[in-house]
Amino acid sequence: MGLQQNWIAFCTIFFKEVRRFMRIWPQTLLPPAITMSLYFVIFGSVIGSRIGTMGGFDYMTFVVPGLVMMSVITNSYSNVSSSFYSNKFQKSVEELLVSPVPNWIILAGYVLGGVARGLMTACIVIALSLFFVDFQVYSLLATILAVLLTSLMFALGGFLNALFARSFDDVSIIPTFVLTPLTYLGGVFYSVKVLPDFWRGVSQANPILYQVNAFRYGMLGYSGVVDLDIAFSIMAIAVAVLFVVCLHLLNTGKGLRS
Amino acid sequence: MTKALTIRKLRKTYDNGHEALKGIDLSVEPGDFFALLGPNGAGKSTTIGIISSLVNKSAGHVDIFGYDIDHDLVAAKCHLGVVPQEFNFNQFEKVQDVVVTQAGYYGIHHREARRNSESYLKQLGLWDKRDTQSRMLSGGMKRRLMIARALIHQPRLLILDEPTAGVDIELRRTLWDFISEINSQGTTVILTTHYLEEAEQMCSNIAIIDDGSIIENTSMKQLLRKLDKESFFLDTRQVLPEQSIFAGYDVRRVDEHTLEVEVGKTQGLNGLFLQLNEQQIDVVSMRNKSNRLEELFVGMTNKDK
Repeated sequence: MGLQQNWIAFCTIFFKEVRRFMRIWPQTLLPPAITMSLYFVIFGSVIGSRIGTMGGFDYMTFVVPGLVMMSVITNSYSNVSSSFYSNKFQKSVEELLVSPVPNWIILAGYVLGGVARGLMTACIVIALSLFFVDFQVYSLLATILAVLLTSLMFALGGFLNALFARSFDDVSIIPTFVLTPLTYLGGVFYSVKVLPDFWRGVSQANPILYQVNAFRYGMLGYSGVVDLDIAFSIMAIAVAVLFVVCLHLLNTGKGLRS
Repeated sequence: MTKALTIRKLRKTYDNGHEALKGIDLSVEPGDFFALLGPNGAGKSTTIGIISSLVNKSAGHVDIFGYDIDHDLVAAKCHLGVVPQEFNFNQFEKVQDVVVTQAGYYGIHHREARRNSESYLKQLGLWDKRDTQSRMLSGGMKRRLMIARALIHQPRLLILDEPTAGVDIELRRTLWDFISEINSQGTTVILTTHYLEEAEQMCSNIAIIDDGSIIENTSMKQLLRKLDKESFFLDTRQVLPEQSIFAGYDVRRVDEHTLEVEVGKTQGLNGLFLQLNEQQIDVVSMRNKSNRLEELFVGMTNKDK
């Protein structure tokens, strides 16, 4: 297949993914909107006013970047894991496997479909946050880079999960038992600066801490204890490693070919 | 001339140690209508799985129109269309979208894909259902949808794995007319089916696979010549005597009006008809006890069991 055919194949997979999550918007786009609105009301208006400031910002302003990243992480991940696993389950993935689409295009199509949902959710959450705080961007480049790399990383993670999954339970285990705890402990609701030394050290082993704080830096100019160079390097390396691993597994047919 | 399909020393051993293919060799000429038959678990689906790259082979070579699937997989896949045994399309997509999406995977422009899909869906009687979710289709319609999807990139080699399973007789005939037409236009067709009379009628060449090995690979005519005897049922107008004896023929009285007779390849039926005539018994109809290919197939695949 030439460049043009590859492009058509990529667009086919990507737009199929976008159509899928748009078609089932009450399951994909509405829940984060409702959940985040509740977070804004509870943590922002009800509890936030009693907390005061965090990192020099009022609490509501402080949590908005964390909540945006939280929805980007879960939505990028779950879009790819559920869609690809569902195609495996229905065997419709065979349509792709018998076709001449190169594996890297299959991977790119699904992953960027997940990124599209992550970014769309981010836009929805940011739009909702405008009802509670003023919109501000300290560094547009850092904001875009952080959200893109995070979304890519978790979309690739979702793809990896789908490759190994043998049942729908396997698709929900990682988000429930790994992603949610790491996200909550990743500085979404607090600055790790307020933690005791030991727990601050433990928190620094959590990759989500770097993503949340890199994005917070982009929006507010505040990154807490996180060094931005390290944060972006970790994200870029994780994306590259996950891409290579997923592509290798696709090439060998792991979870797809007997 | 380049073969449509060449398989050399193909082996497959699954992770559980089951040896599904034991080094098979097979070749299919371009334009052929080829039957790949075998009992359940013989290795047909594994062979098709390897050709369509859904199953990893353990050893051996597969070429599709001269393109080795190890070195020119993309080129090989471009020439191949597969209609699998199980429904494997997205059940929530609309009928035309299933076909158009598949075209996209082959790099076909959306406009061209829609035009081609309209043509195939019309030919297969699915055009009126184009906006229906595919899960709402009947079993026969789903099978036709898979055929339309497999043809959308106009493959030179079409593999049909049990295409008429669960399809009613009328539709089966329509389907075979359509596939014959595709074959007459130059598309090579490989068919697996449990309806052996279909294989006998449609296919010019045949391979029989059993327990992971090819036990027969020849033309349909050659194979049928191997049949040394055939069994027929004769329906008679008059009541048959309790002890029906016909010199030189192995006969059995099934009921008052039905006689079963086994006839050797060199024997012919004229002698039997003469004797029936002498006994003033009229034959009103005659039919094969079983399909000729079926008799051979059962004999071959049960030889060592």
